[in-house]
Amino acid sequence: MPMEAAEIEALIKAKLPDAQVTIRDLAGDGDHYAAVIVSEAFRGKTKVQQHQLVYDALQGQMGGALHALALQTSAPD
Amino acid sequence: MDQQNVHDWIKDQVQSNDVVLFMKGNRHFPQCGFSAQVVRMLDYLGVDYKDINVLDDNDVREGIKTYTNWPTIPQLYVKGEFVGGCDILTEMFQEGELQQHLEQKDIAFEKRSAPA
Repeated sequence: MPMEAAEIEALIKAKLPDAQVTIRDLAGDGDHYAAVIVSEAFRGKTKVQQHQLVYDALQGQMGGALHALALQTSAPD
Repeated sequence: MDQQNVHDWIKDQVQSNDVVLFMKGNRHFPQCGFSAQVVRMLDYLGVDYKDINVLDDNDVREGIKTYTNWPTIPQLYVKGEFVGGCDILTEMFQEGELQQHLEQKDIAFEKRSAPA
């Protein structure tokens, strides 16, 4: 089952409360999303570590229910 | 294969090949848009790499996720080290960081920047 954008956002914010999360439904099918996430938690971390934080927040959904979530992460300017 | 054997096999692949891409499908026929995109970047840069189709073997498909604690495919390894998945590689490629990384690791490639 695909996930709702609001559900993805809630999971991310539960782990990274300060995060600004913008989710776009790329194909309009509720299955292909792009998420832009800005959080202090990313500061000083490599991209791999930043994405791993998001994957942890998604509690194992990534790669399963969430096959198609393109991630873009950064610390606030 | 049990997980330990799969991890040993993966380790052997990434250590005996300078550049290894675990992907869905193969370089000539990618079966996922993310895998296709990484293939396009590597081919554009003329990198010599080994492609491993995770769809051929479910043990490898699951094992590669636990090997690096990274839940998605594709995954690119250079000199035994995980570099990233599609999103990270795309960002690195556009910023010229992927090219820098290959250069630092002594991997031969055509020194081209991302098309505008």
